[in-house]
Amino acid sequence: MIIQINLYKFAKENELTVLLDNIMTINELKDVASQVRRDIIRMVHGCQSGHPGGSLGATDIVTALYFDQMHIDPKHFTMDGAGEDIFFLSNGHISPMLYSILARRGYFPVSELATFRRLGTRLQGHPTPVEGLPGIRVASGSLGQGLSVACGVAQAKKLNGDNSLVFCLMGDGEQEEGQIWESAMYAPAKNVDNLVAVIDYNKKQIDGPTDDVMNLGDLKAKYESFGWKVYKCNGNDMQQVVDTLNITRQNAHKGQSQIILAHTEMGFGVDFMMGTHKWHGTPPNDEQAANALSQLKETLGDY
Amino acid sequence: MKLEVQNYKDTRSGFGDGLLEAGKRNPKVVGLTADLTGSLKMGDFAKAFPERFFQVGIAEANMVGIAAGLAIGGYIPFTGTFANFSSARIYDQIRMVVAYSNKNVKIAASHAGVTLGEDGATHQTLEDVGMMKMLPNMTVLVPCDYNQTKAATIAAAEHNGPVYLRFGRPKVANFTPADEPFVIGKAQMIQEGTDVSIFACGHLVWKAIEALPILKEMGINAELINIHTIKPLDVEAVLKSVAKTGCVVTAEEHMRNGGLGDSIAQVLALNNPKPLEMVAVNDVFGQSGTPDELLKHYHLDTPDIVEAVKKAVSRKRI
Repeated sequence: MIIQINLYKFAKENELTVLLDNIMTINELKDVASQVRRDIIRMVHGCQSGHPGGSLGATDIVTALYFDQMHIDPKHFTMDGAGEDIFFLSNGHISPMLYSILARRGYFPVSELATFRRLGTRLQGHPTPVEGLPGIRVASGSLGQGLSVACGVAQAKKLNGDNSLVFCLMGDGEQEEGQIWESAMYAPAKNVDNLVAVIDYNKKQIDGPTDDVMNLGDLKAKYESFGWKVYKCNGNDMQQVVDTLNITRQNAHKGQSQIILAHTEMGFGVDFMMGTHKWHGTPPNDEQAANALSQLKETLGDY
Repeated sequence: MKLEVQNYKDTRSGFGDGLLEAGKRNPKVVGLTADLTGSLKMGDFAKAFPERFFQVGIAEANMVGIAAGLAIGGYIPFTGTFANFSSARIYDQIRMVVAYSNKNVKIAASHAGVTLGEDGATHQTLEDVGMMKMLPNMTVLVPCDYNQTKAATIAAAEHNGPVYLRFGRPKVANFTPADEPFVIGKAQMIQEGTDVSIFACGHLVWKAIEALPILKEMGINAELINIHTIKPLDVEAVLKSVAKTGCVVTAEEHMRNGGLGDSIAQVLALNNPKPLEMVAVNDVFGQSGTPDELLKHYHLDTPDIVEAVKKAVSRKRI
């Protein structure tokens, strides 16, 4: 419990980076993820709009990236991210998850989460660098474009002799966009080996199961045939996520583009939001929000 | 300005040579192409700076995304493909990751307009200026000849922000001074006059120059201004000229909707309404033919400018 108290204290003081001089345990990462899930519910409930389902499902992956994997300096955000690992969220609609993680990691005040989707906010419905929100480098939300941008930054890093890595999270429904396959062809062809892509593979999209809307087929075989090194993991099992990311880090700079098919559950952590695509873009009402929050431990203190 | 043809060269070669020069001046300048290195005249740059040249294959959307990424990483990327594939084909990509995200990406758009010629309407974009000028943060440049395209390319590299740089395929008169710097947003006075203001851009600037002696013979003292920057438009220069002449002709190798004439009409309507005639394509697609045949067919030629001037001047006198 001492660890939890420390986490809480550091979050309040916006000094999580201090804590992160030490490697976080899996349980600590889970605690962060639990708070992020609370933030997601409270943000979409607060403005009565946004995308809770995918946000909850992808929380563990991005928590592991920002609190365990990535070498970053949240207090001194730079657009070019020189010498730092860089993350891109291609499926920008799960912005509440990213905003919570950025705030909890110290990029901007946690209290700002309350402004999500409200007039004048830096936390636009879909992420944008235009409002000057630290941690965001490009707009996303129009799907299929993040992997291309990630390829460009990865190649800029190579030109600069910068050995840090670029991560890009995509949705699985997003794989239906043609541009994804342009960049999927590009990265291995051009030896972009400082890039790790992750697919949030929850098998659901707005209109229903991906199998019904547009069968994605064998994504592993498809990416492998394009020349990628493909990994699979349970994207809601923190240990598996961390272990898989560790492997990709070890295998970076070895001539192969890498991608993780992270099997996730849309709405993970809130029982009534799981097993359905209904919560893709629907906010909970007061009662539902209270129910959801009762299932998620408050570990860092609500904003 | 001294109006003398130095030689006949394509504006795309101006881009290629400008890119090479910009690359020599700044190691951050990088080039990307979607399988059109030769068409865009980017070969010299690719040869000089192979590590700074990215062949992305026939994948324009990916190219723009990669360019945005390179810009995030501190580079100054120039994407090179035909104008149609530099605009309509990837409008949403440009809108989101370049214009809205305000990335320092330069979109080099070649083979614009009907002078692309024989390939026909699929490749002859006449809508791109309209699309690009509607995007906030976007600067839209349409230089008129080889020298100016070269200078515009260098200026685009030095400008911080998204730029759409439009040029063409055929060899045309090269007449602007080779040492004249390109100032983004500053209209270029070609000839001062008192009876009519001709605002032209791109290939039609030379067509307008050819109209000047014909008009003079008719007793019309025309003012000709090259609007090489469609956006931001040099409103001050436009209004100053119109206040003097009282009527306007615009000339461009573009659709009337969304083009230079459209921008000028807005300035006039909001500030100082005067008779306006537009030499432009009017709501039709192009077709196959030689560049000269097509300019004639779509009424984008010197005689069409002369006729438009006569009409504008006569409307002034009513």
